[in-house]
Amino acid sequence: MSGVRVLVGTRKGAFVLTADGSRQNWDVSGPHFSGWEIYHVKGSPADPDRLFASQTSGWSGQVIQRSDDGGKSWQPVGNQFSYDGVPGTHQWYDGTPHPWEFERVWHLEPSLADPDTVYAGVEDAGLFKSTDGGDSWQELPGLRGHGSGSSWQPGAGGMCLHTIILDPVRSGRMFAAISAAGAFRSDDAGQTWRPVNRGLKSEGIPDPDAEVGHCVHRIAMHPSRPDVLYMQKHWDVMRSDDAGESWREISGNLPTDFGFPIDVHAHEPDTVYVVPITSDSLHYPPDGKLRVYRSRTGGDEWEPLTNGLPQEHCYVNVYRDAMAVDSLDSCGVYFGTTGGQVYGSPDAGDTWAPIVRNLPAVLSVEVQTLS
Amino acid sequence: MIRVVLPSHLRRLASVDGEVHLEVTGEVTQASVLDALEARYPMLRGTIRDPESRRRRAFMRFFACEEDLSHEQPDAPLPAEVVSGREPYLIVGAMAGG
Repeated sequence: MSGVRVLVGTRKGAFVLTADGSRQNWDVSGPHFSGWEIYHVKGSPADPDRLFASQTSGWSGQVIQRSDDGGKSWQPVGNQFSYDGVPGTHQWYDGTPHPWEFERVWHLEPSLADPDTVYAGVEDAGLFKSTDGGDSWQELPGLRGHGSGSSWQPGAGGMCLHTIILDPVRSGRMFAAISAAGAFRSDDAGQTWRPVNRGLKSEGIPDPDAEVGHCVHRIAMHPSRPDVLYMQKHWDVMRSDDAGESWREISGNLPTDFGFPIDVHAHEPDTVYVVPITSDSLHYPPDGKLRVYRSRTGGDEWEPLTNGLPQEHCYVNVYRDAMAVDSLDSCGVYFGTTGGQVYGSPDAGDTWAPIVRNLPAVLSVEVQTLS
Repeated sequence: MIRVVLPSHLRRLASVDGEVHLEVTGEVTQASVLDALEARYPMLRGTIRDPESRRRRAFMRFFACEEDLSHEQPDAPLPAEVVSGREPYLIVGAMAGG
């Protein structure tokens, strides 16, 4: 029987939520790696039993965990992330040069085809790859070294590479996004990169339409239409129809176009979800009402989804990696909040219910659809 | 035999209960004890010291015999009480950092 496994990373451990295809009754396991920050947990599309988790702490730095049995047991694997060559400097908050220093892994993106291959997006922004199941990691230095790296500056959350998207159609094409540098594309499996930010406008930088320097919060793609990308930027929701060559704003009638996550319906490439947040300084929903917004037109026209979500006194945030969709016939949508709730909708957002209510602040949510 | 006490989050990571007992060949220093510890428990590499510079992570502390050894040279001999096993070598998560 089909089912789903929701992988939740929180400030103090990981949780695994499982249910059958009805998605009504949930089994909750965890905390795994209790006490550690779990920035991201993600399963391999090529082998759903293989999971990777990024485990970090202010005391003890980075650990990468791997499971080969769907999260029942875990083993620590390689945690050495050494930048290629002499790392050089990027810009610090005050504009001075700052040495590149590894801080943590924000995002793990397993290969679509090989369960031993996985990419890691790290702070300070860089892209690493493992081809041995996470035992060892090598930087793909073409991203940091393509030319603009020395001008990158951290966003408020650190200078993180938080989005890695692998094109399922064009072999070798991949996308990465960095706060606060922007979006980048490679057409040769990560060897060389170039910025793809034309059309973005950011009032918070001296040249609003500069080639780099944009605080991209998240990018999403539907696998059936990989040239179409959706972006939640610091402000503005954007869309590209040419694999990032150009972007146009699709914020439309959103109550605010600030936010972090963005995702696409599993079966409808023009159905997009965002969670508007009041502003850059008010990281909670407008009017204390938690509303997911859905566009069925690929942007511009948005409808609020509120059924089952708190509509008063709600002041949580939803982080950039904390929304995901399953691929059951009726697409499920999930997101986690800084208040420790994980909400699920088994009907593409029409109705919502909390799966868990009192976890530590949720950093990431991923979903595996199990057959 | 050198007795090492790990903080709870590293005991869980290494799947150990209580103290770790290590045999250290050659001079017993902080560096040689940590080398032996990481050889026995490879999953601890990088969690106490930076894996490249081998410097102490900022929010880890090393205590023994009621003294803070965190700022001592890594290759300085450890106190005789630690070498003899009468006193443990304590690896502690700082009161900030978690």
